[in-house]
Amino acid sequence: MLDLKGYGPELLSGAIVTMELAFLSLAVSLILGLVGASAKLSDNRPLRAIATTYTTCIRGVPDIVMMMLFYYGGQLAVNSLSDVLWEAYEIDFFFQFDPFISGVVTIGLIFGAYMTETFRGAFLAVDTGQIEAARAYGFSRWHTFRRIIFPQMLRHALPGIGNNWQVLLKTTALVSIIGLTDMVRVAEEAAKAERMPFHFFIPVAFVYLSLTAVSELFIKWLDIRANVGVVQRS
Amino acid sequence: MPDFISQWLNQNDIFTVMTLLEYWNGLVTTVQLVFLSLLIGLVIALPLAILRTVRNPFVSGPIWVYTYLFRGTPLLIQLYIIYYGIAQIPGIQETFWWNIFREPFYPALLAFTLNTAAYTTEIIRGAIIATPMGEIEAAKAYGMSWMLRMRRIILPNAARRAVQAYSNEVIFMLHASAIASVVTMVDLTGAARNIYARTYAPFDAFIFVALIYLMLTFILVFVFRKLENHLLRHQRPMNS
Repeated sequence: MLDLKGYGPELLSGAIVTMELAFLSLAVSLILGLVGASAKLSDNRPLRAIATTYTTCIRGVPDIVMMMLFYYGGQLAVNSLSDVLWEAYEIDFFFQFDPFISGVVTIGLIFGAYMTETFRGAFLAVDTGQIEAARAYGFSRWHTFRRIIFPQMLRHALPGIGNNWQVLLKTTALVSIIGLTDMVRVAEEAAKAERMPFHFFIPVAFVYLSLTAVSELFIKWLDIRANVGVVQRS
Repeated sequence: MPDFISQWLNQNDIFTVMTLLEYWNGLVTTVQLVFLSLLIGLVIALPLAILRTVRNPFVSGPIWVYTYLFRGTPLLIQLYIIYYGIAQIPGIQETFWWNIFREPFYPALLAFTLNTAAYTTEIIRGAIIATPMGEIEAAKAYGMSWMLRMRRIILPNAARRAVQAYSNEVIFMLHASAIASVVTMVDLTGAARNIYARTYAPFDAFIFVALIYLMLTFILVFVFRKLENHLLRHQRPMNS
């Protein structure tokens, strides 16, 4: 069997860090995506401009550059903010920017931009007749959103969310570069120490592979469930 | 505000001629790396995509495995495996290959090429299998051979369908190339990291490089929009 030279437990905890990172960033990106899509579809011009700038800038810059900017710059920004808060209001505020938080913030921000586009398309795909009908029945705006738009939007958004998730999962590997001890970091250190790169990287690659494979099946299952009420015309 | 800007420019220790030159060299490395890997990747992907549509599982199966492995794992891991792995191949350090692969440029190029070739193969394959049956039947009815059909009917139309997805892949590759800096290459990101390490000014170093990447992305988007307009000009409405 596979002999991990005593690095097994570390690799396992690294894998758990990777999963935590992925799920937390997914949650951040879904929220940002919903907010961003609502901003892009709103009648408010400045709001639309902000959302468009956000998605354009984020999608034009490599993820690792963003990550380094947030990790190295984030702490400086927090430090000067806490200086200002202390001098002006005597509020004792401090916050340690570690690689994990930088990773969640950056990956959440990046995929928030992609989710914005996904959700925007999905919102537009909902039949306006449905919304008009709900309004005609006296549904409030919130009620229309919750009962009519959101459930139908989700069906159109699912394939896009699934694709973004697959890419997100692989992007989490980059957080090892700014020093998070995830699975990739542990494997890198083990490979250097033992001079056995294949021995440590290939199992890690297979963990990623199995994660994407399981996600693929889960997304397919979700897709079938979400489309249960839809008559397939072929 | 203008006072602040002129003050900033006068006391600027970060954006000197030296650092700008460092960024320029990084830009050259990034462009070389991305351009070469995309070019070689495309050349590999085209025959693979055609073979991937073949019905014989002994032909299409291995290609499926290749694309699945390279698309299902992070590029960073592929880069590490190739960069650290090549040095460990027994006997390689005595052959001339070692002179080539000792530099980080070639392992990075190899990793990026294999990665982009896997994605491009699937993009082209998707475009090929989306060919309407009628077009193939018509070509057959005209007596075209498989080769001629591929060359005159299937591939040109597939190119039109693939260009949108391929432009995304090109931009993705540009952004993915930023990880070359972890194997000691001084590309754009590597230059920014060096400058950050010297000056300890993360905002200046990384926002500047982010703006360069943004500009490169805009140029690519513009070029691909032109290309798309050119390829799809027969679909344009008459009066536009």
